[in-house]
Amino acid sequence: MYKIVRKQMLNPSVVLMEINAPYIAKKAKAGQFIIFRIDEKGERIPLTIADYDRENGTVTIIYQIAGKSTMQLSELNEGDTILDFAGPLGVPTHFEEGIKKAAVIGGGVGCAIAYPQAKALHEKGVSVDVIAGFRNKDIVILEDEFKAVSDRLIITTDDGSYGKKGFVTDALKELIDSGTKYDVVVAIGPVPMMKFVSELTRGYGIKTIVSLNPIMIDGTGMCGGCRVTVGGQVKYACVDGPDFDGHLVDFDELARRNSTYADKEKQEKEHYCRLMGGIRNA
Amino acid sequence: MPNMAPNKTKMPEQDPKVRARNFEEVALGYTKAMAMEEAGRCLNCKHKPCVEGCPVNVRIPEFIAEIAKGNFKEAYEIITSTNNLPAVCGRVCPQENQCEGKCVRGIKGEPVAIGRLERFAADFVMENEQTKIKKPEPNGHKVAVVGSGPAGLACAADLAKLGYEVTVFEAFHVAGGVLMYGIPEFRLPKAIVQKEIQSLKDLGVKFMTNMVIGKVLSVDELVQEMGFEAVFIGSGAGLPNFMGIEGENFVGVYSANEFLTRINLMKAYLEDYDTPIRKAKAVAVVGGGNVAMDAARSALRLGAEKVYIIYRRSLEELPARREEVHHAMEEGVEFLLLQNPVRIIGDENGRVRAMECIKMELGEPDESGRRKPVEIKGSNFEIEVDTVIMAIGTSPNPLIRSTTKGLEVNRRGCLVVNEDMLTSREGIYAGGDAVTGAATVILAMGAGKKAAKAIDEYIMSK
Ligand SMILES: Cc1cc2nc3c(=O)[nH]c(=O)nc-3n(C[C@H](O)[C@H](O)[C@H](O)COP(=O)(O)OP(=O)(O)OC[C@H]3O[C@@H](n4cnc5c(N)ncnc54)[C@H](O)[C@@H]3O)c2cc1C
Ligand SMILES: Cc1cc2nc3c(=O)[nH]c(=O)nc-3n(C[C@H](O)[C@H](O)[C@H](O)COP(=O)(O)OP(=O)(O)OC[C@H]3O[C@@H](n4cnc5c(N)ncnc54)[C@H](O)[C@@H]3O)c2cc1C
Ligand code: SF4
Ligand code: SF4
Ligand code: FES
Repeated sequence: MYKIVRKQMLNPSVVLMEINAPYIAKKAKAGQFIIFRIDEKGERIPLTIADYDRENGTVTIIYQIAGKSTMQLSELNEGDTILDFAGPLGVPTHFEEGIKKAAVIGGGVGCAIAYPQAKALHEKGVSVDVIAGFRNKDIVILEDEFKAVSDRLIITTDDGSYGKKGFVTDALKELIDSGTKYDVVVAIGPVPMMKFVSELTRGYGIKTIVSLNPIMIDGTGMCGGCRVTVGGQVKYACVDGPDFDGHLVDFDELARRNSTYADKEKQEKEHYCRLMGGIRNA
Repeated sequence: MPNMAPNKTKMPEQDPKVRARNFEEVALGYTKAMAMEEAGRCLNCKHKPCVEGCPVNVRIPEFIAEIAKGNFKEAYEIITSTNNLPAVCGRVCPQENQCEGKCVRGIKGEPVAIGRLERFAADFVMENEQTKIKKPEPNGHKVAVVGSGPAGLACAADLAKLGYEVTVFEAFHVAGGVLMYGIPEFRLPKAIVQKEIQSLKDLGVKFMTNMVIGKVLSVDELVQEMGFEAVFIGSGAGLPNFMGIEGENFVGVYSANEFLTRINLMKAYLEDYDTPIRKAKAVAVVGGGNVAMDAARSALRLGAEKVYIIYRRSLEELPARREEVHHAMEEGVEFLLLQNPVRIIGDENGRVRAMECIKMELGEPDESGRRKPVEIKGSNFEIEVDTVIMAIGTSPNPLIRSTTKGLEVNRRGCLVVNEDMLTSREGIYAGGDAVTGAATVILAMGAGKKAAKAIDEYIMSK
């Protein structure tokens, strides 16, 4: 059993939790993830390790209330426990030596996954520009955290209700065109966003790292469910990734594969909402 | 006077039409009377060829003689003196290639139903006897076991009986390995596996689930930081192979591992569990082993109207247990033999629509002595399916070997061990599928036992 030691709503549909998991806290690195299962009947759900505290033995997760499992998790409180919490899984993010300037781009809850990468780069002494994109003002998350690890933070909203109006790609293009030279771009968010950022940076020849979120079960390489095509080769995102070169990823295939259970997910969520009278998000 | 009936005493089974739609156990087991009748067929041969056929040398005629006399508990004790998991082995051993394959009654008729009798003795004792397990005196030594499949469980059990403090580290959230995630409920009820694991807990074995060794702790850390004096690696061969043909990433293509894990471990077939699975209409399962049979029969049970086994050789070469092939046929699985997939065809949304196959014929024997299938040019055809399950084999996961320095592996990624199951590293032993590649439950168990003995000798001589 793994205890929830802290819970904080970052916005109405994004939750931060600190979970007591000392073995994982001791080993975790930026870019890795955990798989949790709420109870005996729960699904195994992957979430990125947003942060960790080796001394206190806790791991931070930040998640969007997307469907049944995350909704159930969000209903638990400090002091409650979840049944399973396994990790740290996946290859830690690896940045080459010699990177001086980086752009870290987060889309929505993808900011939670982008944050540890921005922090890792910042701690290496890299100059980091963060572009964080949201649909509107109400769902902006991690602003202070990003500020602390970046040289420049640009927040964009689709409707202009906060920060700059427009998409993250627009903001990135502007920065590049105004002469900022990036050695690397890290883009994490919805599949279309990662695709468009990668298409943009391809034109400029800037190396781009994306973090993929295919459907997973075990997270150890034994089911093949998480397979993605990268540079024409089949990779297992849970053991070969989740970070890959954005210029090589087949995003359309990923989007299709992620829709495998779309019908069932919709049903389950609605069913669960009806049962719990929960608010529907997303 | 032995019972000279040429055939095995029939075991009651669920009707094929009914069972093809439920996940309950297919074979229902012998009654006492049936078991005693079948036991009467054993000739108690002096040279015991059957015992040689069993990888752990279960004392077969002796236990059968006890069953014949109605001494079921005694029979059970004879079996468990060499086999820790009789309820499992009685159900899943490929008996026709092992014990029963050597039985003299098999020369003129059917062999003695050794597997069924073994299962009977184990089930009888589980149901009727209070086996009180006495925790042995601790000997003060600690051993770590990585992986909780049959190899790890057997090793842990034998060491615990000797007084070792054993901790089993398992990557998944439950212990049992393939017995829990691979072999379906209708062939091996999960409650049986959990009872076996409970008896290990009663012996004092500690289980730590959700521990992916190589990630959360390395093998070296188990030794250096956690004070384990020896490590046994029984991490299996869980990595699925794909064919590398066109269309394998379409929605609706599964590895058998994923398909079976969703069903067995995550209970996707039960309404109130959250893990989803595709409800398929027509399913093609590629492969001919136990894994393929399990996937095909599970697909039927989930409601598929058509389920095909696509196998590139002929019926004789099908590597699955004979009983499973027979059961699959009875249940309505269609066998497309001497055929091989060429590509998978998707619709405009990237979902499986059909599979193109080619007919094969058997050519010259290859190194393994089996006649090699060769394609018949131009014989391509399509079958309409919406789900494809690849069951063409698995290989060991590289996670442990890539995070443990100095562990020798062979070309296929299997750990190399000597006759004592010792790897190239002192104090680190290995066995089961991690060493042999995908094999059988009983071989994995045998390896675990052998390693336990060697580990005991190693620690005692230090
Ligand atoms: C390596 C990795 C790291 C991730 N990190 C985070 C994170 O830090 N924060 C966060 O909010 N989300 C993260 N995700 C996505 C998260 O796992 C899914 O949102 C979650 O599975 C939704 O579960 P649910 O039952 O609540 O919703 P569901 O009803 O299962 O699904 C809701 C939506 O999520 C997609 N989805 C379903 N299952 C998965 C799955 N196993 N993996 C990915 N997408 C899925 C579906 O296509 C659907 O649109 C990560 C995914 C991966 C693979
Ligand atoms: C579907 C299917 C049907 C089968 N049917 C039969 C049959 O009818 N008869 C028969 O005799 N055999 C059958 N087999 C084969 C048999 O199950 C295996 O040979 C046997 O289980 C191997 O045992 P093992 O202990 O070596 O490995 P496994 O049973 O594979 O167990 C390995 C365990 O180690 C864990 N693990 C792996 N890596 C790590 C890590 N890094 N850290 C921690 N834990 C780890 C895994 O999660 C797993 O629980 C079947 C196999 C399958 C897949
Ligand atoms: S363990 Fe398997 S091979 Fe040995 S006697 Fe029992 S069923 Fe036969
Ligand atoms: S070979 Fe057959 S008949 Fe002979 S002892 Fe063994 S089981 Fe009995
Ligand atoms: S999640 Fe199963 S192989 Fe990656």
